[in-house]
Amino acid sequence: MSVALSVRALGRRFGELEALRDVSFDAHEREVLAIVGPNGAGKTTLLSIIAGTLRASTGSVDGPGAGSGARRAVGWAPQQPALYSKLSVAENMRLFARLERVADPDREVARMLEQTGLGERADDLLGQLSGGNRQRVNVAVGLLGDPPVLALDEPSSALDPRQRERLWRFIRGLADAGTSVIFSTHNVGEAERYGDRVIVLDEGRMIFDGTPEALMQSAPEGAGGDFEQALLAFLSEGHEL
Amino acid sequence: MRWLLRKDLLILRRSRLLVALLVIYPVAIALLIGLAISRSPSKPRVAIVDETPPGQTVQVGRERVDVAQYAQHLFSQVQAVKTPTRAQAVDKVKSGEVLAAVVIPPDIAARLSTGVRQAQLEIIYNGDALQQSLVQSQLGSALAQANLGFSERIQGAAVSVIDLLLTGGNLGVLGAPSNLIGLGQIPSKLHGIIAHQPPGADRVALERIASFAEFASQNLTVSKNVLSTVGQPIQVRSTLLHGRRTPLNTFAVVVAVSVSLMFVCVLLAAGGVALEREEHVLARLLRGPPALVSREGLLAEKGALAAVCAFVVAFAMLAGVSAFVPLDWSRVGQWLLALAFGALAFGALGVAIGAGAREVRAASLLAFLLSLPLAFLALVPSGSVSSGLYDAIRTISFVFPFKATLEALDAAVNGAAPSLGGSLAHLAALTLVFGVLARIGLRRAD
Repeated sequence: MSVALSVRALGRRFGELEALRDVSFDAHEREVLAIVGPNGAGKTTLLSIIAGTLRASTGSVDGPGAGSGARRAVGWAPQQPALYSKLSVAENMRLFARLERVADPDREVARMLEQTGLGERADDLLGQLSGGNRQRVNVAVGLLGDPPVLALDEPSSALDPRQRERLWRFIRGLADAGTSVIFSTHNVGEAERYGDRVIVLDEGRMIFDGTPEALMQSAPEGAGGDFEQALLAFLSEGHEL
Repeated sequence: MRWLLRKDLLILRRSRLLVALLVIYPVAIALLIGLAISRSPSKPRVAIVDETPPGQTVQVGRERVDVAQYAQHLFSQVQAVKTPTRAQAVDKVKSGEVLAAVVIPPDIAARLSTGVRQAQLEIIYNGDALQQSLVQSQLGSALAQANLGFSERIQGAAVSVIDLLLTGGNLGVLGAPSNLIGLGQIPSKLHGIIAHQPPGADRVALERIASFAEFASQNLTVSKNVLSTVGQPIQVRSTLLHGRRTPLNTFAVVVAVSVSLMFVCVLLAAGGVALEREEHVLARLLRGPPALVSREGLLAEKGALAAVCAFVVAFAMLAGVSAFVPLDWSRVGQWLLALAFGALAFGALGVAIGAGAREVRAASLLAFLLSLPLAFLALVPSGSVSSGLYDAIRTISFVFPFKATLEALDAAVNGAAPSLGGSLAHLAALTLVFGVLARIGLRRAD
């Protein structure tokens, strides 16, 4: 798999607080990369720097489309849907397609409506949609312009189990189609189930980068084959890469 | 930026209640302020108990001044409710039917006629401190005017008696001798007699009487003038050195339009910027590189949209009001300039407020809380507060756009001072300053 995004020695300070320290990894095409860790570990800071809403204090984020100006390298779907509730689904998509300077906004909107399965709700105002559908539109807007990398910040946190299942099926489909998906989550079960690879952050440092199976194997005895217990044991031992 | 503008127009079109409120509310407030400024306070409703016998007069020389005239003076200054007795008047004051009662006692004429005892009126008040203060002030003014009118009548009577003493004639008083010689005629007549008198003690005595009559005549003439001066010791002659030459009603129009312009513009601009953050869209718009919209572009779009909307509302108000208050349409170019510069300055203030707020409601509240006191501060006239406080008010008014807009619009509509050019330059500077503050606010809030 070729590299879609390269993160090198990333660091971010907020005054005295060092929120992110020397984080480096590669994200590959067709890969779903889960970022997990306790509160304050630096997950949102890392996602925000990758998405371009926050500047890194040190290090770099590079990708095939980065800096070319022709195509955005990273699509982004924030934790809370960043959309206009008084506009319809299609109007939201069309607005952001135009702002992204997509070549044919109407065709792109039609493609995203089909891909998200929201064609029948295209004319509904966003404020009238369920939380799950709003999140699907949120992700769809992040995908406008067909970016090679999609960054999702806690994408399923406000969804019920059925909506969550539909969203993950959609995300898996995106990865299968070639997109590199990076998502942060509190739900370690989701990281195990849907992540091809897991990155564990703790106090701004990256303490693990590997498959969920590798994390299970690295966990000390007593985790009992439970991924969450394995992660907790891993964190409590203060592992370093 | 045009797509963002189209989006905002679409959202505005779908928020009809908000748009209606944004237009109706400031217009209503503006009209209330305009009415409050342009209308003088209504006359207080006062019970008048006239206990004097009908037709009672005060004798001054040969003239009689009707006491009822005093009551007439008083009636013209208040909304008089004639009440037969003091007890009924007290009841009316207690019930709130009238704000106060004035009792004119039966001995008022007798006291005035003595010339040494002051006549007295009784005033009965009721109500809270504010109401009492207002009524006392209005009634005090009414009584002062009535006193002045009555004293002018007495003064007139006194002057006519002095005239009679000087020129002679009939006093018109029962028992008084008829065809009296005037004091002014005595010296010439005496000099005629003295010319035929041989020198001696009688001639000297007559010359002394003639000198006295001449002296008395001259001093009585002076007394007439003194009486006029005492009647109205200070006359007012107004000289306008600088400042407005604006009739109160057209100034009220300017205030009303400025208030509307401010509210529509500031609320819309602040709400527009805050909405982007409330919908969590700001980060998506500004993330980069490249950003979908630059921060400067976003602020300019919000400020300009608010300015255009407020400009249209304010101009419609001016045009509408011109049907009732005569405005000089030949100056319409200057109106448009003043409105445009004022709208841009208010737009910049609005986006600066919006950039610091996290949600639309907070931005609207902040905009309202800031705008309303600024408008009232800008209307405080010099001399109505202490000089230190007025300097502070003037400084605050200087750093916000309301006063400058008011002056620009007053200059444009009424040709009042200061000049339009100075006010426009002031507004342009404020637009720049608040634009920079908005940019800093947006950066800090990211």
